[in-house]
Amino acid sequence: MALSDQELKEIAYLARISVKEESLPSLKKELEDILDLFKQLDEANTSEVNAMSHPLDLSQPTRKDEVTEEDLRDELLKNAPSVKSGLFLVPKVIDGEN
Amino acid sequence: MKNYSEDWEAVIGLEIHVQLSTKSKLFSGASTDFGALPNTQACNIDLAMPGVLPVLNEEVLKMAVKLGKALNAEINSPTSFARKNYFYPDSPKGYQISQMDKPIVENGYLDIETENGGKRIGVTRAHLEEDAGKSLHDDFEGQSGIDLNRAGTPLLEIVSEPEINTPEEAVAYLKSIHSIIRYLEISDGNMAEGSMRCDANVSVRKIGEEKLGTRTETKNVNSFRFVEKAIQYEIERQIHEIESGNKITQETRLYDSQANTTRPMRSKEFANDYRYFPEPDLLPVNLEKEFIEEVLATMPEMPTEKKERFVSEFSLSQYDADLLAADKDIAEFFEQVTKVSNSPKLSANWIMGELSAELNNENLNIKESKVSSNKLGQLISRIEDGTISGKIAKDIFEKIWTTGKEVDDIIKEEGLEQVTDDKEIESMIDEVIKNNPQQLEQYRSGKDRLFGFFVGQVMKASQGKANPKQVNDILKSKLEK
Repeated sequence: MALSDQELKEIAYLARISVKEESLPSLKKELEDILDLFKQLDEANTSEVNAMSHPLDLSQPTRKDEVTEEDLRDELLKNAPSVKSGLFLVPKVIDGEN
Repeated sequence: MKNYSEDWEAVIGLEIHVQLSTKSKLFSGASTDFGALPNTQACNIDLAMPGVLPVLNEEVLKMAVKLGKALNAEINSPTSFARKNYFYPDSPKGYQISQMDKPIVENGYLDIETENGGKRIGVTRAHLEEDAGKSLHDDFEGQSGIDLNRAGTPLLEIVSEPEINTPEEAVAYLKSIHSIIRYLEISDGNMAEGSMRCDANVSVRKIGEEKLGTRTETKNVNSFRFVEKAIQYEIERQIHEIESGNKITQETRLYDSQANTTRPMRSKEFANDYRYFPEPDLLPVNLEKEFIEEVLATMPEMPTEKKERFVSEFSLSQYDADLLAADKDIAEFFEQVTKVSNSPKLSANWIMGELSAELNNENLNIKESKVSSNKLGQLISRIEDGTISGKIAKDIFEKIWTTGKEVDDIIKEEGLEQVTDDKEIESMIDEVIKNNPQQLEQYRSGKDRLFGFFVGQVMKASQGKANPKQVNDILKSKLEK
């Protein structure tokens, strides 16, 4: 399956991987080989097979709706390179989406 | 209402995010209380520390099942979770746990009423997902501050079919969803605080055209009125663009309520690609038949059922019943008042008249009313049994509102009992007639309209306490003499 340079750059951007221009050809080849492997799956007849979202044939256990976590803010904030007034500080972001 | 030509129609779909009122988060035992200090309710799981795993809150399943039932929808079992991948600092994992292929609720509908009659709007799906944290863009030396207290709070996203055609229908649909989630007590539905958020997908096309136009998504509009205005603006903007020979760009827009416009959000270099895939950290959830039955057994009476009961049990008009039943707290207050007053119609009038005027005045909700349902019921029963007139009752209502006193105490202390003694009324009437000889002459010479003048004078003389019906009857017989 052939990938364009543009598609390759988009994939790298979405994964936040910085890719040097000179490594594009080899990366493209590797990714195309992977996609070809997946393509083999198309040959299998799956008309009788149900979609599976998890390999374990179990149901998700649940917990009661109770507050069990205490406030560990001061400990947890120690993991961050930059904090202020109880907030994690990050490079300026605007116009996000959620 | 419409400012654009009749050749166009709008196609609108709404995505409504409802914050579920659980005590703890969707996948962690951290508290969801509103207004805590930043990051004091964000635990290891919410922060996506290495090695943590999500554990599903059982309560959200119950809430979703109830909503599904209220939306006449199917409940999927098994229902499964998926990862929606995107990078943003208020989402520490780098993905949001959401649902894709098997949302918990699917294929429902909702009947709405507008001035143009009833309409059925399809509900495509409602799925569970976790909320993101908050980014604070105040100046932290050129950086943004991140508060993750909200991260992981459970949301239900309710997606409608694009079957809404006007801003009025959109608001009716939204209000109906709001009413349902409040009845089910699965969310407080507070739009100003963000516990209910609405995104509107809007496109326009020429009437008769089959193909849908290019749509835009207007995000995070935080009141019913703004939803109506934002959609109205967006419809007009799109029609104007197309009629001017321009193309609509598929994009996300933000509503600016001050300027009443929408503007595009910063466009992304590439189209969004969330690369959804099944969430490997969570198994599919089987909802056992007994579990669903247990949940459904706790379903309260819903707005439409309540409305119909108000009409049949209390002989209220459709209009009154609709207004009272739309809000759960108002409906309960009405039933309590009626229990005491034994007069549903008067109770309805007082709640929608005097009481809501006072509540609006002081910006209170009905649960904060300074006149309790019990006192309002007593007040109305005193009108019904003839102790006081309706006019005096309004004064007493004001007094209860400000002093909190008992109805009967105010009546006794201030001598406000209605005058129903024929003799007493007669003497007041005689006095009024004697003092107004000119008007009497004019009345007897055919000026019928002066009857009202005499009634007014008698009521004034009695300080509003004379029984109006008796005044009318006695006055008529005296004047005709």
